[in-house]
Amino acid sequence: MRRLILLAAVLAAMAGPVRAVTPDEQLPDPKLEARARSLSRDLRCVVCQNQSIDESDAALAHDLRIILRERLLAGDTDDQAVAYLVQRYGNFVRLKPPFQADTLALWLGPLAVLLAGGAGAAIYMRGRSGPPAPLDAAEEAELAALINTDEAH
Amino acid sequence: MKRLLAFAPAAIFVLVLVGFAVGLRRDPTLLPSMMIGKPVPAFNLPPVRPSDALSGRGGLATDQLSGEPVMLNVFASWCVACRVEHPMLMRLKEQGVTIHGLDWKDEPADGAGWLAERGDPYARVGNDRTGRAGIDLGVSGVPETFVIDRKGRVRYRHVGAISVEDWNRKLEPLLARLRAES
Repeated sequence: MRRLILLAAVLAAMAGPVRAVTPDEQLPDPKLEARARSLSRDLRCVVCQNQSIDESDAALAHDLRIILRERLLAGDTDDQAVAYLVQRYGNFVRLKPPFQADTLALWLGPLAVLLAGGAGAAIYMRGRSGPPAPLDAAEEAELAALINTDEAH
Repeated sequence: MKRLLAFAPAAIFVLVLVGFAVGLRRDPTLLPSMMIGKPVPAFNLPPVRPSDALSGRGGLATDQLSGEPVMLNVFASWCVACRVEHPMLMRLKEQGVTIHGLDWKDEPADGAGWLAERGDPYARVGNDRTGRAGIDLGVSGVPETFVIDRKGRVRYRHVGAISVEDWNRKLEPLLARLRAES
């Protein structure tokens, strides 16, 4: 068992961050390459949808990485390079969706749920607070009657 | 108020249920196309068929995609689902439907071999070896089929092999409607 744990630890230590970028894709200019890498981490691979194109081994992800680097080499800003892909594949390629009319529910939904929950909790807490009002004379009499019937059994 | 609140959990449950009923039935691989209503991006693709190369007829260019409503089928010789779709395309060709082919991320020789071996359903067919024309169209895989109107605008994108049902329910009525457009 101990050996197994040791083996697992060694393997875990050896496993670096998984990257699909191959050396032939990389740009000679380290600054541009760094920009390309950071942009591609936020771009979705449309084939294997929950991976970024930085992580994906899909052929299309490879093509998109190349295109992204071509745009940067051509002098595009980060926004322009991303816009180039968004034009073709829609906002879905952005792993971080932009804040706009059709994503309001996405961005503000959790906040709305939190507020609704908070309001519900506040109402509940307020309902609970304060000691109950003391019994009036009629209620006292009723209570006494109930207790007495119970004792009679 | 209290009585209404008692129904809140049931109401939330129903809301969640409706959310799941709608959300879980959607196919997450079907992405909305950015191309709908837009002109087909400019491309001029070399031929796939050796006969087109010899006769100088060429492959497929954007300006050949306007005039009459047509279908543009993106395929590849390495694509498994295209094998399933191919007989359907052959049947449509027999019915007189104009289908153009875009051989995506494929060697021209492989595309030509595919057509020679299985039959050729295409009016025109171009080779997109680098895949750039397909990427400009927003293709995420093969097969995909675009319906293009008279003015050369993309009107519909079908992802995956075309089934008889897809044709009857969606593509044929759409083509008929586009033919009726002036």
